[in-house]
Amino acid sequence: MQVTVTVNGEEYTRDVDTRLLLVHFLRDHLGLTGTHWGCDTSNCGVCTVWLDGVPVKSCTVLAVMADGHAVRTVEGLERNGTLDPVQEGFVQCHGLQCGFCTPGMMLTARWLLDHNPDPSEEQIREAISGQSCRCTGYENIVRSVRWAAEHSTVEATK
Amino acid sequence: MSPAIGGTLARLDGRAKVSGSARYSGEVPIPHLAHAVLIGAPVANARITAVDATEAEQSAGVLAVLTHLNLPKVAMQPSLLPSLAGLAAPGHTFFPMQDDTVHYAGQHVAVVVADTLERAEHAATLVRIDYDTTPPVTLLEEIKDQAYEPQKIFGGLLPGRQVRGDIEAGLRDAEVRVEAMYEFAANHHNPIEPSTTTAAWDEVGRLTLYDGIQGPTSTQLTAAAFLGVPPAQIRVVSNYVGGSFGSKAMVWPHATLAAMAARHVGRPVRLALNREQMFTSCGHREQQRQHLTLGARADGKLVAVRHHKLSLTSHFDDWAEPSLQSPAIIYDYPNYEGIYRLGRGNINTPTFTRAPGEATGMFAMESAMDELAERIGVDPVELRLRNCSDTDPATGDPWSSSGLRECLERGAELFGWAGRDPRPRQRREGNWLIGTGMATAAYPHAQPVNPQRARARIYSDGSVIVEAGVSEFGTGISTAMTLVAADGLGVTVDQVRFAGGNTDMPNITAAVGSAGAGAASAAVHLSVTALREQLIGMAVADEQSPLHGADPAAVVVEGGRMALRDRPDAGETYSAMLQRKLVPDVEAIGNWIPPAQDVGHGMHTFGAQFAEVGVDAELGLIRVRRMVGVFAPGRVLNRRTAHSQLMGGMLWGLGQTLLEATRMDARSGRWANASLADYLVPVNADSPDVVVDTVEVHENVVNPLGVKGVGEIGVVGVAAAIGNAVYHATGYRARSLPIALDDILSQAS
Ligand code: FES
Ligand code: FES
Repeated sequence: MQVTVTVNGEEYTRDVDTRLLLVHFLRDHLGLTGTHWGCDTSNCGVCTVWLDGVPVKSCTVLAVMADGHAVRTVEGLERNGTLDPVQEGFVQCHGLQCGFCTPGMMLTARWLLDHNPDPSEEQIREAISGQSCRCTGYENIVRSVRWAAEHSTVEATK
Repeated sequence: MSPAIGGTLARLDGRAKVSGSARYSGEVPIPHLAHAVLIGAPVANARITAVDATEAEQSAGVLAVLTHLNLPKVAMQPSLLPSLAGLAAPGHTFFPMQDDTVHYAGQHVAVVVADTLERAEHAATLVRIDYDTTPPVTLLEEIKDQAYEPQKIFGGLLPGRQVRGDIEAGLRDAEVRVEAMYEFAANHHNPIEPSTTTAAWDEVGRLTLYDGIQGPTSTQLTAAAFLGVPPAQIRVVSNYVGGSFGSKAMVWPHATLAAMAARHVGRPVRLALNREQMFTSCGHREQQRQHLTLGARADGKLVAVRHHKLSLTSHFDDWAEPSLQSPAIIYDYPNYEGIYRLGRGNINTPTFTRAPGEATGMFAMESAMDELAERIGVDPVELRLRNCSDTDPATGDPWSSSGLRECLERGAELFGWAGRDPRPRQRREGNWLIGTGMATAAYPHAQPVNPQRARARIYSDGSVIVEAGVSEFGTGISTAMTLVAADGLGVTVDQVRFAGGNTDMPNITAAVGSAGAGAASAAVHLSVTALREQLIGMAVADEQSPLHGADPAAVVVEGGRMALRDRPDAGETYSAMLQRKLVPDVEAIGNWIPPAQDVGHGMHTFGAQFAEVGVDAELGLIRVRRMVGVFAPGRVLNRRTAHSQLMGGMLWGLGQTLLEATRMDARSGRWANASLADYLVPVNADSPDVVVDTVEVHENVVNPLGVKGVGEIGVVGVAAAIGNAVYHATGYRARSLPIALDDILSQAS
């Protein structure tokens, strides 16, 4: 079946198997491998992308369900070669080790900051509660999102 | 102190990882790629009586169905040796699909290859396999009466029995004895990236394997042995690895199966394990039971320790994680007996799981020490201090470095331990019973046995590339090696590029047992030292150099410039010299030969863990409120990455204590909770306030930079610290991990 999906502002039309998951569509068909895959039970959250502006686990969405919709992935966080403050925060605050959970964490964090520019530590933890990190112990992830919150304000007033 | 080492440089792989451009082993773009899906046996003890692959073979897009009937035989079976040995390192001495026997559930019985993942997955459901089954044996309870004492465990590295002194007399004469049995559920690593291998053969029979592994050479040598292909024809690439924790320390069959499938279909093949397969395809921490008896004097000084372990292994390997090693030497006592006993069952061979052995053995030891402290009325920290040893009690050799006393004291101070009321159930906040506990951490310092190499090259513009075949699985090794190289050459970190991640690079053994940073830093340090000496040698020999005729030993390097120590104005930069001499680049190899095991020093890493818990008096719910961990890992190369690893390790300890258990369904012989929905790992809501600190020790034995590593030590002792805190809060002594709420409730009421 043919689908047309807008990913990071660009339109892609592809013939796909109806059973194809959005996560594999992004990875195998579009080569956007920044979206990862880690479980079969929608628990780990490494496949998180935005679908029409809302974070979803792309392993629980069929590619055909994204037909006519807009998807944002980690590759779409950066603007004109400048890292999003969330990305910068994860680098500065060491919010990652192996980095496998990072794209999903950042997409959720970006969504949180768009809706709540100054989240408390509690609110950050709540927002990323659907995502697992096996490496870092989470502290630095929370710090990274706080860093982004603090630096986004600076950014906006510039 | 060196300017770069020990600092807090942000990770150099950060940008690739936050932009989504870091390619893990299942993400390297390869034209004409086919996908392989494994089929695991749904039964645990059986013979395959029939295979019908017709329908699958006719399904759209299918390229091949491989089973024991048509998979080529392996060329040889290498023996099971930890990958630290630097040789072929199969996870078990068994290769699937060589005959019709099923030894454990999940054993690979077929590989389906198709042009897309979806088509391969669908076709896998169409393969019909009939089994003649026998009831499986999968529990400790079922094998305890047939258990045997193995000659060697842990891939032949350790003896099955260790003794010193006279255990019977020691225990008999002890004034106080503490004896208890400890139970441990099986654990699975569950890195967030499932293991994936992509295999591509070229026209002349050379193989490239993109494999997520802790050391690319181990995959190269293992696949070479199985396939009967010379290692020189196999290139392994492992640029980014999405976590491992031991699951990618050894080379499991799927890597070779990917290569076999690719050869069979004449196309590159990607083989990714799914999450359920991660529970049966790359080892686990075995279900085990430990029986521990401490004998002490009335003042708490230990005199004898008996520590026996019973655990479950596979039908083909004597594997037990070395749980008895650290408790055997952590304190100073003369009489000891440690015995491993094994029973064979229908399970895969267990393997390294982060802090392999110490995570369990030190729970037993440090829980018993807490009981001893209470029995004799001595503060738990004081009890440890009284038993600290300046020498390795097994050999009498001094420690290469210890720092245990300092860790205990510093931890107690950071945690605010002083003045603790030792009586249980004394503190309450609303419904929460509050308690505190502590434990010692210890991890043996492991060394590779073979030479470790790195290569350093400087160009005439002063830029430097350093290469070593390490893999980056989250530890921050590339960042740390950049610091080591910059310091050794006296250049800034932005002048250095470190490259690793494939077998074309100088060989470094797999980074296991926290030995990775020590081995790689030794090789890198020696390579840049050799390069620096070569450059200084060129300068002092060059008539046009301001350093001409100088004693090389009087030349120091800083900011990319060589100068006399006493006369900093006399000197020149590397690039000025190289450009004048029309030399495009200079290169040197570092070749580190690890010290033999009998260096005349005991080598161990120590630390101390403290925890505060709240236990809901009615629900039995345990919340860890805060943890303090202080460690003495020798030289810390990059404080930022090291602290992060230690903190992550402490959260692993929390998971082991409160959440993590893989439960066997004994009737089917299958893991009952093989998914991330049912195998609980700590999520951020579980993570308490964590303070990590390190104490400095003088370490110059283990390797040139004195690096002992931080991968495992953070985990060790956490379970006992939390368990002891639970006891302090509730009066319930947990002797089984993970600690179950119902145990607390039944005890508390
Ligand atoms: S892959 Fe784990 S939640 Fe989607
Ligand atoms: S950084 Fe490895 S899973 Fe989060």
